[in-house]
Amino acid sequence: MAVANIQVSETPLVLYALRRADDALILGHRLSEWCGHAPMLEEDMALSNIALDLIGQARELYSYAAKVEGKDNDEDKLAYLRDVRQYRNLLLVEQPNGDFAQTLVRQFFYSAFADLYWRAMMNSRDATLAAIAAKSEKESAYHLRHASEWIIRLGDGTDESHARAQAAIDHLWAFTGEMFTVDDGERALIHADIVIDPGSVRGRWLTTLSDVTREATLKLPQNDWMQQGGRAGRHSEHLGHLLSELQSMQRTFPGLTW
Amino acid sequence: MYTQALNMAETDDRGLEDAGKAAQFQARIDAEERIEPNDWMPAAYRRTLTRQISQHAHSEIVGMLPEGNWITRAPTLRRKAALLAKVQDECGHGLYLYAAAETLGSSREELVDAMLAGKAKYSSIFNYPTLTWADIGTIGWLVDGAAIMNQIPLCRCSYGPYARAMIRVCKEESFHQRQGYEIMLTLCRGSEEQKAMAQDALNRWWWPVLMMFGPPDATSQHSDTSTKWKIKRFSNDELRQKFVDATVPQAQYIGLTIPDPGMTQDADGHWRYSEIDWTEFKQVLAGNGPCNRDRMAARRKAHDEGAWVREAAAAYAAKRARRQTAQAAE
Repeated sequence: MAVANIQVSETPLVLYALRRADDALILGHRLSEWCGHAPMLEEDMALSNIALDLIGQARELYSYAAKVEGKDNDEDKLAYLRDVRQYRNLLLVEQPNGDFAQTLVRQFFYSAFADLYWRAMMNSRDATLAAIAAKSEKESAYHLRHASEWIIRLGDGTDESHARAQAAIDHLWAFTGEMFTVDDGERALIHADIVIDPGSVRGRWLTTLSDVTREATLKLPQNDWMQQGGRAGRHSEHLGHLLSELQSMQRTFPGLTW
Repeated sequence: MYTQALNMAETDDRGLEDAGKAAQFQARIDAEERIEPNDWMPAAYRRTLTRQISQHAHSEIVGMLPEGNWITRAPTLRRKAALLAKVQDECGHGLYLYAAAETLGSSREELVDAMLAGKAKYSSIFNYPTLTWADIGTIGWLVDGAAIMNQIPLCRCSYGPYARAMIRVCKEESFHQRQGYEIMLTLCRGSEEQKAMAQDALNRWWWPVLMMFGPPDATSQHSDTSTKWKIKRFSNDELRQKFVDATVPQAQYIGLTIPDPGMTQDADGHWRYSEIDWTEFKQVLAGNGPCNRDRMAARRKAHDEGAWVREAAAAYAAKRARRQTAQAAE
Protein backbone atom coordinates (compact mmCIF):
# COMPACT_ATOMS: atom_id res chain seq x y z
CA MET A 1 0.00 0.00 0.00
CA ALA A 2 1.52 3.28 -1.00
CA VAL A 3 0.98 6.57 0.73
CA ALA A 4 1.36 9.77 -1.21
CA ASN A 5 4.15 12.11 -0.26
CA ILE A 6 3.09 15.30 1.44
CA GLN A 7 3.70 18.58 -0.29
CA VAL A 8 5.60 21.25 1.59
CA SER A 9 5.50 24.96 0.73
CA GLU A 10 9.20 25.56 0.94
CA THR A 11 9.46 29.23 1.76
CA PRO A 12 13.05 30.17 2.66
CA LEU A 13 12.43 29.84 6.43
CA VAL A 14 10.55 26.52 6.10
CA LEU A 15 13.27 25.19 3.83
CA TYR A 16 15.94 26.37 6.24
CA ALA A 17 14.35 24.55 9.20
CA LEU A 18 13.76 21.43 7.11
CA ARG A 19 17.38 21.28 6.00
CA ARG A 20 18.69 21.45 9.56
CA ALA A 21 16.02 19.04 10.80
CA ASP A 22 16.90 16.55 8.06
CA ASP A 23 20.61 16.81 8.94
CA ALA A 24 19.86 16.02 12.56
CA LEU A 25 17.36 13.21 11.88
CA ILE A 26 19.44 11.40 9.28
CA LEU A 27 22.63 11.59 11.35
CA GLY A 28 20.71 10.55 14.47
CA HIS A 29 19.21 7.63 12.57
CA ARG A 30 22.64 6.53 11.34
CA LEU A 31 24.05 6.63 14.88
CA SER A 32 21.06 4.71 16.22
CA GLU A 33 22.00 1.87 13.85
CA TRP A 34 24.98 1.22 16.15
CA CYS A 35 22.83 0.60 19.21
CA GLY A 36 23.60 -2.95 20.39
CA HIS A 37 26.49 -3.37 17.95
CA ALA A 38 29.20 -0.91 19.09
CA PRO A 39 32.81 -1.91 19.87
CA MET A 40 32.24 -1.45 23.61
CA LEU A 41 29.24 -0.85 25.84
CA GLU A 42 30.39 2.68 26.65
CA GLU A 43 30.08 3.50 22.94
CA ASP A 44 26.64 1.87 22.66
CA MET A 45 25.69 4.38 25.35
CA ALA A 46 27.53 7.38 23.89
CA LEU A 47 26.39 6.91 20.28
CA SER A 48 22.80 6.40 21.43
CA ASN A 49 23.05 9.53 23.54
CA ILE A 50 24.24 11.59 20.60
CA ALA A 51 21.55 10.05 18.41
CA LEU A 52 18.93 11.03 20.97
CA ASP A 53 20.19 14.62 21.07
CA LEU A 54 20.05 14.83 17.29
CA ILE A 55 16.59 13.29 17.02
CA GLY A 56 15.48 15.78 19.66
CA GLN A 57 16.90 18.66 17.62
CA ALA A 58 15.18 17.28 14.51
CA ARG A 59 11.82 17.17 16.26
CA GLU A 60 12.06 20.78 17.34
CA LEU A 61 13.13 21.93 13.91
CA TYR A 62 10.40 19.93 12.12
CA SER A 63 7.79 21.28 14.49
CA TYR A 64 9.01 24.78 13.81
CA ALA A 65 9.01 24.18 10.04
CA ALA A 66 5.42 22.92 10.29
CA LYS A 67 4.39 25.91 12.38
CA VAL A 68 5.97 28.40 9.98
CA GLU A 69 4.41 26.64 7.01
CA GLY A 70 1.04 26.84 8.75
CA LYS A 71 -0.60 23.92 6.95
CA ASP A 72 -1.57 20.47 8.08
CA ASN A 73 1.95 19.09 8.43
CA ASP A 74 3.65 18.06 11.67
CA GLU A 75 6.97 16.53 12.74
CA ASP A 76 5.97 13.01 11.77
CA LYS A 77 4.50 13.91 8.40
CA LEU A 78 7.65 15.85 7.58
CA ALA A 79 9.89 12.98 8.64
CA TYR A 80 7.88 10.03 7.35
CA LEU A 81 6.05 11.25 4.26
CA ARG A 82 8.67 12.95 2.14
CA ASP A 83 10.72 10.91 -0.31
CA VAL A 84 14.40 11.09 -1.22
CA ARG A 85 14.00 14.03 -3.58
CA GLN A 86 12.21 16.02 -0.88
CA TYR A 87 14.86 15.41 1.80
CA ARG A 88 17.24 18.34 2.23
CA ASN A 89 20.05 16.97 4.40
CA LEU A 90 23.77 17.17 3.75
CA LEU A 91 25.28 14.28 1.80
CA LEU A 92 27.76 13.86 4.66
CA VAL A 93 25.19 12.74 7.22
CA GLU A 94 23.57 10.08 5.03
CA GLN A 95 26.86 8.29 4.34
CA PRO A 96 26.76 4.75 5.78
CA ASN A 97 28.31 4.06 9.16
CA GLY A 98 31.11 2.00 7.67
CA ASP A 99 33.56 1.03 10.38
CA PHE A 100 33.82 2.83 13.71
CA ALA A 101 36.44 5.21 12.25
CA GLN A 102 34.12 6.26 9.44
CA THR A 103 31.28 6.91 11.87
CA LEU A 104 33.48 8.96 14.17
CA VAL A 105 35.11 10.97 11.37
CA ARG A 106 31.66 11.77 9.94
CA GLN A 107 30.60 12.84 13.43
CA PHE A 108 33.77 14.86 13.93
CA PHE A 109 33.36 16.80 10.67
CA TYR A 110 29.71 17.51 11.44
CA SER A 111 30.00 18.28 15.16
CA ALA A 112 32.98 20.60 14.65
CA PHE A 113 30.70 22.55 12.33
CA ALA A 114 27.49 22.26 14.37
CA ASP A 115 29.18 23.46 17.55
CA LEU A 116 30.34 26.70 15.93
CA TYR A 117 27.23 27.10 13.84
CA TRP A 118 24.69 26.77 16.64
CA ARG A 119 26.75 28.96 18.96
CA ALA A 120 26.61 31.75 16.37
CA MET A 121 22.91 31.07 15.74
CA MET A 122 22.12 31.85 19.37
CA ASN A 123 22.09 35.50 18.23
CA SER A 124 19.36 34.89 15.66
CA ARG A 125 16.58 37.48 15.57
CA ASP A 126 14.17 34.55 15.39
CA ALA A 127 13.50 33.65 19.03
CA THR A 128 12.59 30.01 18.30
CA LEU A 129 15.71 29.41 16.25
CA ALA A 130 17.83 31.14 18.91
CA ALA A 131 16.36 28.83 21.57
CA ILE A 132 16.91 25.71 19.44
CA ALA A 133 20.45 26.93 18.80
CA ALA A 134 21.17 27.39 22.52
CA LYS A 135 20.15 23.81 23.27
CA SER A 136 21.86 22.37 20.19
CA GLU A 137 25.09 24.21 20.91
CA LYS A 138 25.43 22.65 24.36
CA GLU A 139 24.80 19.20 22.91
CA SER A 140 27.11 19.73 19.94
CA ALA A 141 29.96 20.82 22.22
CA TYR A 142 29.76 17.42 23.94
CA HIS A 143 29.46 15.58 20.62
CA LEU A 144 32.56 17.37 19.36
CA ARG A 145 34.54 16.52 22.47
CA HIS A 146 33.56 12.86 22.22
CA ALA A 147 34.43 12.67 18.50
CA SER A 148 37.71 14.60 18.88
CA GLU A 149 38.90 12.29 21.63
CA TRP A 150 38.20 9.29 19.42
CA ILE A 151 39.95 10.83 16.38
CA ILE A 152 43.05 11.30 18.56
CA ARG A 153 42.83 7.77 20.02
CA LEU A 154 42.35 6.18 16.62
CA GLY A 155 44.94 8.31 14.84
CA ASP A 156 47.56 7.87 17.54
CA GLY A 157 46.53 4.35 18.58
CA THR A 158 47.68 1.37 16.50
CA ASP A 159 48.84 1.19 12.86
CA GLU A 160 45.49 -0.33 11.95
CA SER A 161 43.40 2.33 13.68
CA HIS A 162 45.58 5.06 12.16
CA ALA A 163 45.09 3.63 8.66
CA ARG A 164 41.34 3.28 9.16
CA ALA A 165 40.98 6.83 10.50
CA GLN A 166 43.02 8.27 7.63
CA ALA A 167 40.99 6.30 5.08
CA ALA A 168 37.77 7.63 6.62
CA ILE A 169 39.04 11.22 6.46
CA ASP A 170 40.08 10.81 2.84
CA HIS A 171 36.73 9.23 1.97
CA LEU A 172 34.47 11.73 3.71
CA TRP A 173 36.37 14.94 3.03
CA ALA A 174 34.57 15.66 -0.26
CA PHE A 175 31.24 15.85 1.61
CA THR A 176 32.30 18.69 3.91
CA GLY A 177 32.08 21.60 1.47
CA GLU A 178 28.30 21.44 1.30
CA MET A 179 28.05 22.54 4.95
CA PHE A 180 29.19 26.04 3.99
CA THR A 181 27.12 26.69 0.90
CA VAL A 182 23.90 28.71 0.79
CA ASP A 183 21.30 29.40 -1.89
CA ASP A 184 19.50 32.67 -2.62
CA GLY A 185 16.66 31.98 -0.22
CA GLU A 186 19.01 31.36 2.67
CA ARG A 187 21.08 34.39 1.63
CA ALA A 188 17.97 36.53 2.18
CA LEU A 189 17.54 35.09 5.69
CA ILE A 190 21.20 35.87 6.38
CA HIS A 191 20.69 39.50 5.34
CA ALA A 192 17.68 39.70 7.68
CA ASP A 193 19.82 38.42 10.63
CA ILE A 194 17.50 35.44 10.99
CA VAL A 195 20.24 32.94 10.26
CA ILE A 196 24.00 33.22 10.08
CA ASP A 197 26.21 32.62 7.06
CA PRO A 198 27.71 29.15 7.56
CA GLY A 199 30.70 30.34 5.54
CA SER A 200 31.56 32.65 8.42
CA VAL A 201 32.52 29.72 10.65
CA ARG A 202 34.56 27.84 8.03
CA GLY A 203 37.91 29.28 9.14
CA ARG A 204 37.42 28.26 12.76
CA TRP A 205 36.03 24.87 11.68
CA LEU A 206 39.23 24.26 9.72
CA THR A 207 41.32 25.29 12.75
CA THR A 208 39.50 22.74 14.93
CA LEU A 209 40.07 20.06 12.31
CA SER A 210 43.76 20.96 11.92
CA ASP A 211 44.38 21.00 15.68
CA VAL A 212 42.73 17.65 16.31
CA THR A 213 44.14 15.84 13.29
CA ARG A 214 47.64 17.14 14.08
CA GLU A 215 47.43 15.70 17.58
CA ALA A 216 46.06 12.51 16.08
CA THR A 217 49.03 12.36 13.61
CA LEU A 218 46.50 12.34 10.76
CA LYS A 219 46.44 14.49 7.61
CA LEU A 220 43.67 16.54 6.07
CA PRO A 221 43.39 16.03 2.30
CA GLN A 222 44.67 18.73 -0.04
CA ASN A 223 42.03 18.22 -2.74
CA ASP A 224 39.23 20.73 -2.69
CA TRP A 225 36.73 19.06 -5.02
CA MET A 226 33.46 18.93 -3.08
CA GLN A 227 30.27 16.95 -3.70
CA GLN A 228 27.05 18.95 -3.64
CA GLY A 229 23.34 18.25 -4.02
CA GLY A 230 21.82 17.18 -0.69
CA ARG A 231 20.35 20.60 0.05
CA ALA A 232 18.45 20.43 -3.27
CA GLY A 233 17.35 16.80 -2.86
CA ARG A 234 20.04 15.25 -5.10
CA HIS A 235 21.32 12.55 -2.78
CA SER A 236 23.63 9.55 -2.80
CA GLU A 237 22.05 6.15 -3.35
CA HIS A 238 22.31 5.46 0.38
CA LEU A 239 19.50 7.76 1.50
CA GLY A 240 16.70 5.88 -0.26
CA HIS A 241 17.48 2.70 1.66
CA LEU A 242 17.64 4.59 4.93
CA LEU A 243 14.25 6.20 4.26
CA SER A 244 12.61 2.96 3.18
CA GLU A 245 13.48 1.57 6.62
CA LEU A 246 12.74 4.75 8.58
CA GLN A 247 9.36 5.23 6.89
CA SER A 248 8.24 1.63 6.55
CA MET A 249 5.53 1.72 9.24
CA GLN A 250 3.95 4.98 8.12
CA ARG A 251 4.03 3.87 4.48
CA THR A 252 2.57 0.42 5.25
CA PHE A 253 -0.13 1.57 7.67
CA PRO A 254 -1.20 5.03 6.51
CA GLY A 255 -2.87 7.52 8.77
CA LEU A 256 -2.87 5.57 12.02
CA THR A 257 -1.97 6.65 15.52
CA TRP A 258 0.96 4.84 17.15
CA MET B 1 15.53 -10.00 34.73
CA TYR B 2 16.80 -12.85 34.46
CA THR B 3 17.37 -14.93 37.42
CA GLN B 4 17.62 -18.34 35.80
CA ALA B 5 20.98 -18.79 37.52
CA LEU B 6 19.11 -19.30 40.75
CA ASN B 7 17.76 -22.52 39.41
CA MET B 8 21.14 -24.17 39.26
CA ALA B 9 22.39 -26.18 42.17
CA GLU B 10 25.47 -24.85 43.92
CA THR B 11 27.78 -27.18 45.76
CA ASP B 12 28.02 -26.08 49.33
CA ASP B 13 31.68 -26.05 50.21
CA ARG B 14 31.43 -24.15 53.43
CA GLY B 15 32.58 -27.28 55.24
CA LEU B 16 36.03 -26.66 53.80
CA GLU B 17 36.13 -23.14 55.13
CA ASP B 18 36.50 -21.77 58.58
CA ALA B 19 33.36 -22.91 60.39
CA GLY B 20 33.46 -19.94 62.74
CA LYS B 21 33.62 -17.45 59.87
CA ALA B 22 30.79 -19.22 58.10
CA ALA B 23 28.59 -19.09 61.19
CA GLN B 24 29.34 -15.41 61.65
CA PHE B 25 28.51 -14.78 57.99
CA GLN B 26 25.17 -16.58 58.28
CA ALA B 27 24.39 -14.63 61.47
CA ARG B 28 24.93 -11.38 59.58
CA ILE B 29 22.61 -12.57 56.80
CA ASP B 30 19.98 -13.61 59.32
CA ALA B 31 20.21 -10.18 60.93
CA GLU B 32 19.45 -8.67 57.45
CA GLU B 33 22.89 -7.05 57.29
CA ARG B 34 24.30 -6.24 53.86
CA ILE B 35 27.43 -8.08 52.74
CA GLU B 36 29.95 -5.72 51.10
CA PRO B 37 32.80 -6.54 48.66
CA ASN B 38 35.59 -6.52 51.22
CA ASP B 39 33.70 -8.63 53.76
CA TRP B 40 34.50 -12.30 54.20
CA MET B 41 32.08 -14.55 52.30
CA PRO B 42 31.90 -18.26 51.52
CA ALA B 43 33.37 -19.14 48.13
CA ALA B 44 30.05 -20.62 47.04
CA TYR B 45 28.23 -17.37 47.88
CA ARG B 46 30.73 -15.50 45.74
CA ARG B 47 30.33 -17.99 42.87
CA THR B 48 26.54 -17.98 43.02
CA LEU B 49 26.38 -14.21 42.94
CA THR B 50 29.01 -13.84 40.23
CA ARG B 51 27.03 -16.24 38.09
CA GLN B 52 23.69 -14.60 38.78
CA ILE B 53 24.81 -10.99 38.40
CA SER B 54 26.84 -11.65 35.26
CA GLN B 55 23.99 -13.62 33.74
CA HIS B 56 21.71 -10.71 34.52
CA ALA B 57 24.21 -8.35 32.86
CA HIS B 58 24.48 -10.57 29.74
CA SER B 59 20.67 -10.60 29.53
CA GLU B 60 20.53 -6.80 29.53
CA ILE B 61 23.07 -6.66 26.71
CA VAL B 62 21.58 -9.45 24.57
CA GLY B 63 18.17 -7.94 25.34
CA MET B 64 19.24 -4.83 23.42
CA LEU B 65 19.07 -6.84 20.18
CA PRO B 66 15.38 -7.76 19.85
CA GLU B 67 14.29 -4.23 20.75
CA GLY B 68 17.12 -2.62 18.82
CA ASN B 69 15.62 -4.41 15.82
CA TRP B 70 12.87 -1.74 15.79
CA ILE B 71 14.82 1.47 16.55
CA THR B 72 15.29 2.27 12.87
CA ARG B 73 11.64 1.45 12.08
CA ALA B 74 9.75 2.99 15.01
CA PRO B 75 6.50 4.47 13.66
CA THR B 76 6.88 8.05 14.99
CA LEU B 77 9.76 10.27 16.09
CA ARG B 78 8.48 10.24 19.67
CA ARG B 79 8.41 6.42 19.71
CA LYS B 80 11.82 6.29 18.07
CA ALA B 81 13.38 8.49 20.75
CA ALA B 82 11.64 6.60 23.57
CA LEU B 83 12.74 3.20 22.23
CA LEU B 84 16.31 4.34 21.70
CA ALA B 85 16.39 5.73 25.24
CA LYS B 86 14.98 2.47 26.58
CA VAL B 87 17.54 0.31 24.83
CA GLN B 88 20.22 2.69 26.04
CA ASP B 89 18.90 2.18 29.59
CA GLU B 90 19.27 -1.59 29.17
CA CYS B 91 22.87 -1.04 28.17
CA GLY B 92 23.36 1.11 31.26
CA HIS B 93 21.90 -1.70 33.38
CA GLY B 94 24.36 -4.10 31.79
CA LEU B 95 27.30 -1.83 32.57
CA TYR B 96 26.09 -1.26 36.10
CA LEU B 97 25.66 -5.00 36.69
CA TYR B 98 29.07 -5.89 35.24
CA ALA B 99 30.52 -3.36 37.69
CA ALA B 100 28.61 -5.05 40.54
CA ALA B 101 29.92 -8.46 39.40
CA GLU B 102 33.47 -7.07 39.24
CA THR B 103 33.30 -6.28 42.98
CA LEU B 104 33.27 -10.07 43.46
CA GLY B 105 36.63 -10.42 41.72
CA SER B 106 35.91 -11.28 38.05
CA SER B 107 36.66 -8.75 35.30
CA ARG B 108 34.07 -7.66 32.74
CA GLU B 109 36.26 -9.12 29.99
CA GLU B 110 36.30 -12.57 31.61
CA LEU B 111 32.54 -12.48 32.11
CA VAL B 112 31.83 -11.32 28.56
CA ASP B 113 34.23 -13.91 27.12
CA ALA B 114 32.38 -16.65 28.99
CA MET B 115 29.10 -15.47 27.45
CA LEU B 116 30.55 -15.22 23.93
CA ALA B 117 32.03 -18.72 24.33
CA GLY B 118 28.54 -20.00 25.16
CA LYS B 119 29.57 -20.95 28.71
CA ALA B 120 27.44 -18.35 30.47
CA LYS B 121 23.70 -18.04 29.98
CA TYR B 122 21.42 -15.09 29.37
CA SER B 123 17.65 -14.97 29.69
CA SER B 124 15.96 -17.28 27.14
CA ILE B 125 13.24 -14.73 26.46
CA PHE B 126 15.59 -12.84 24.15
CA ASN B 127 15.81 -15.85 21.88
CA TYR B 128 12.39 -14.97 20.47
CA PRO B 129 12.05 -12.62 17.47
CA THR B 130 10.42 -9.17 17.38
CA LEU B 131 8.27 -9.39 14.26
CA THR B 132 5.98 -6.37 14.53
CA TRP B 133 5.83 -3.02 16.33
CA ALA B 134 3.41 -4.61 18.83
CA ASP B 135 6.28 -6.84 19.99
CA ILE B 136 8.00 -3.71 21.29
CA GLY B 137 4.92 -2.86 23.34
CA THR B 138 4.63 -6.45 24.55
CA ILE B 139 8.27 -6.67 25.61
CA GLY B 140 7.93 -3.49 27.65
CA TRP B 141 4.63 -4.55 29.17
CA LEU B 142 5.29 -8.25 29.85
CA VAL B 143 9.03 -8.93 29.70
CA ASP B 144 9.90 -5.85 31.73
CA GLY B 145 6.85 -6.52 33.91
CA ALA B 146 8.12 -10.03 34.68
CA ALA B 147 11.61 -8.63 35.25
CA ILE B 148 10.25 -6.21 37.84
CA MET B 149 8.49 -9.07 39.69
CA ASN B 150 11.80 -10.89 39.87
CA GLN B 151 13.92 -7.88 40.68
CA ILE B 152 11.95 -6.07 43.34
CA PRO B 153 12.82 -8.76 45.92
CA LEU B 154 16.44 -8.47 44.75
CA CYS B 155 16.51 -4.87 46.03
CA ARG B 156 16.71 -6.57 49.45
CA CYS B 157 19.33 -9.10 48.33
CA SER B 158 22.02 -9.71 50.97
CA TYR B 159 24.83 -8.57 48.66
CA GLY B 160 25.05 -4.77 48.88
CA PRO B 161 26.28 -3.82 45.38
CA TYR B 162 23.68 -6.06 43.70
CA ALA B 163 20.84 -4.80 45.92
CA ARG B 164 21.74 -1.17 45.23
CA ALA B 165 22.02 -1.82 41.49
CA MET B 166 18.56 -3.39 41.55
CA ILE B 167 16.98 -0.34 43.16
CA ARG B 168 18.00 1.85 40.26
CA VAL B 169 17.29 -0.81 37.64
CA CYS B 170 13.77 -1.40 39.02
CA LYS B 171 12.93 2.30 38.79
CA GLU B 172 13.86 2.37 35.12
CA GLU B 173 12.20 -0.97 34.36
CA SER B 174 9.00 0.27 35.87
CA PHE B 175 9.09 3.26 33.54
CA HIS B 176 9.69 0.90 30.58
CA GLN B 177 6.81 -1.29 31.67
CA ARG B 178 4.39 1.64 31.66
CA GLN B 179 5.73 2.79 28.31
CA GLY B 180 5.20 -0.70 26.85
CA TYR B 181 1.69 -0.91 28.19
CA GLU B 182 0.94 2.50 26.73
CA ILE B 183 2.08 1.27 23.29
CA MET B 184 -0.36 -1.66 23.65
CA LEU B 185 -3.14 0.64 24.81
CA THR B 186 -2.62 2.87 21.77
CA LEU B 187 -2.74 -0.16 19.46
CA CYS B 188 -5.89 -1.48 21.11
CA ARG B 189 -7.60 1.88 20.67
CA GLY B 190 -6.52 1.98 17.03
CA SER B 191 -7.65 0.21 13.86
CA GLU B 192 -8.69 -3.44 13.61
CA GLU B 193 -5.32 -4.16 12.07
CA GLN B 194 -3.54 -2.60 15.05
CA LYS B 195 -5.67 -4.54 17.55
CA ALA B 196 -4.92 -7.77 15.70
CA MET B 197 -1.23 -6.89 15.78
CA ALA B 198 -1.41 -6.41 19.57
CA GLN B 199 -3.28 -9.70 20.11
CA ASP B 200 -0.87 -11.59 17.89
CA ALA B 201 2.10 -10.26 19.87
CA LEU B 202 0.47 -11.25 23.18
CA ASN B 203 -0.25 -14.73 21.77
CA ARG B 204 3.38 -15.23 20.85
CA TRP B 205 4.98 -13.78 24.02
CA TRP B 206 2.63 -14.96 26.79
CA TRP B 207 3.98 -18.46 27.37
CA PRO B 208 7.67 -17.60 26.92
CA VAL B 209 7.18 -14.77 29.44
CA LEU B 210 5.68 -17.19 32.00
CA MET B 211 8.75 -19.37 31.48
CA MET B 212 10.98 -16.44 32.46
CA PHE B 213 10.31 -17.27 36.12
CA GLY B 214 12.03 -20.63 35.75
CA PRO B 215 10.91 -24.23 36.24
CA PRO B 216 8.05 -25.07 38.62
CA ASP B 217 9.01 -25.35 42.29
CA ALA B 218 8.22 -29.07 42.34
CA THR B 219 10.90 -29.82 39.75
CA SER B 220 13.32 -26.99 40.43
CA GLN B 221 16.76 -28.38 41.12
CA HIS B 222 17.74 -25.27 43.04
CA SER B 223 19.00 -25.92 46.53
CA ASP B 224 17.84 -23.82 49.43
CA THR B 225 21.22 -22.08 49.76
CA SER B 226 20.11 -19.03 47.75
CA THR B 227 17.14 -18.66 50.06
CA LYS B 228 19.28 -19.17 53.15
CA TRP B 229 21.68 -16.51 51.89
CA LYS B 230 18.78 -14.17 51.19
CA ILE B 231 19.61 -13.83 47.53
CA LYS B 232 16.30 -15.36 46.53
CA ARG B 233 13.28 -14.55 48.66
CA PHE B 234 10.36 -15.98 46.69
CA SER B 235 9.97 -19.22 44.75
CA ASN B 236 9.55 -19.36 40.96
CA ASP B 237 5.89 -20.32 41.22
CA GLU B 238 5.12 -17.60 43.78
CA LEU B 239 6.58 -14.91 41.51
CA ARG B 240 4.91 -16.36 38.42
CA GLN B 241 1.51 -16.33 40.15
CA LYS B 242 2.01 -12.74 41.30
CA PHE B 243 2.83 -11.75 37.74
CA VAL B 244 -0.20 -13.52 36.25
CA ASP B 245 -2.52 -11.98 38.85
CA ALA B 246 -1.21 -8.51 38.04
CA THR B 247 -1.27 -8.97 34.28
CA VAL B 248 -4.68 -10.52 33.58
CA PRO B 249 -6.67 -7.40 34.59
CA GLN B 250 -4.29 -5.23 32.55
CA ALA B 251 -4.99 -7.36 29.46
CA GLN B 252 -8.73 -7.25 30.13
CA TYR B 253 -8.67 -3.47 30.50
CA ILE B 254 -7.28 -2.97 27.00
CA GLY B 255 -9.46 -5.71 25.51
CA LEU B 256 -6.81 -8.37 24.86
CA THR B 257 -7.33 -12.07 25.47
CA ILE B 258 -4.76 -14.11 27.38
CA PRO B 259 -4.00 -17.07 25.06
CA ASP B 260 -4.94 -19.66 27.68
CA PRO B 261 -8.52 -20.93 27.23
CA GLY B 262 -8.14 -23.06 30.36
CA MET B 263 -7.43 -20.13 32.63
CA THR B 264 -9.80 -19.75 35.59
CA GLN B 265 -10.04 -17.48 38.60
CA ASP B 266 -10.08 -19.32 41.93
CA ALA B 267 -12.02 -18.39 45.08
CA ASP B 268 -9.10 -16.32 46.37
CA GLY B 269 -9.02 -14.28 43.19
CA HIS B 270 -5.88 -15.90 41.79
CA TRP B 271 -5.79 -16.56 38.06
CA ARG B 272 -4.89 -20.23 37.57
CA TYR B 273 -3.06 -20.80 34.30
CA SER B 274 -2.83 -24.02 32.33
CA GLU B 275 0.21 -26.21 32.34
CA ILE B 276 3.31 -24.67 30.76
CA ASP B 277 5.08 -26.51 27.96
CA TRP B 278 8.45 -27.00 29.61
CA THR B 279 9.78 -28.92 26.61
CA GLU B 280 9.90 -25.65 24.72
CA PHE B 281 11.72 -23.95 27.61
CA LYS B 282 14.33 -26.72 27.70
CA GLN B 283 14.79 -26.53 23.94
CA VAL B 284 15.36 -22.76 24.01
CA LEU B 285 17.70 -23.13 26.97
CA ALA B 286 19.61 -25.79 25.05
CA GLY B 287 20.21 -23.30 22.23
CA ASN B 288 17.34 -24.29 19.95
CA GLY B 289 15.14 -21.20 20.31
CA PRO B 290 14.24 -19.28 17.14
CA CYS B 291 16.99 -16.67 17.65
CA ASN B 292 19.70 -18.22 19.85
CA ARG B 293 22.18 -18.44 16.99
CA ASP B 294 21.37 -14.98 15.64
CA ARG B 295 21.78 -13.35 19.07
CA MET B 296 25.13 -14.97 19.74
CA ALA B 297 26.31 -14.22 16.21
CA ALA B 298 25.35 -10.54 16.60
CA ARG B 299 27.18 -10.21 19.94
CA ARG B 300 30.27 -12.01 18.60
CA LYS B 301 30.28 -9.86 15.46
CA ALA B 302 30.13 -6.64 17.50
CA HIS B 303 32.89 -7.96 19.77
CA ASP B 304 35.16 -9.14 16.93
CA GLU B 305 34.65 -6.10 14.72
CA GLY B 306 35.24 -3.81 17.69
CA ALA B 307 38.53 -5.48 18.66
CA TRP B 308 40.70 -3.04 16.70
CA VAL B 309 38.92 -0.09 18.35
CA ARG B 310 39.51 -1.43 21.86
CA GLU B 311 43.14 -2.18 20.95
CA ALA B 312 43.59 1.37 19.63
CA ALA B 313 42.14 2.85 22.82
CA ALA B 314 44.45 0.72 24.96
CA ALA B 315 47.50 1.53 22.80
CA TYR B 316 46.76 5.24 22.97
CA ALA B 317 46.25 5.16 26.74
CA ALA B 318 49.59 3.37 27.15
CA LYS B 319 51.37 5.87 24.89
CA ARG B 320 49.91 8.77 26.81
CA ALA B 321 50.91 7.30 30.15
CA ARG B 322 54.48 6.81 28.86
CA ARG B 323 54.63 10.40 27.62
CA GLN B 324 53.34 11.72 30.94
CA THR B 325 55.93 9.67 32.85
CA ALA B 326 58.66 10.92 30.53
CA GLN B 327 57.50 14.52 30.98
CA ALA B 328 57.43 14.15 34.75
CA ALA B 329 61.00 12.79 34.69
CA GLU B 330 62.31 15.83 32.78
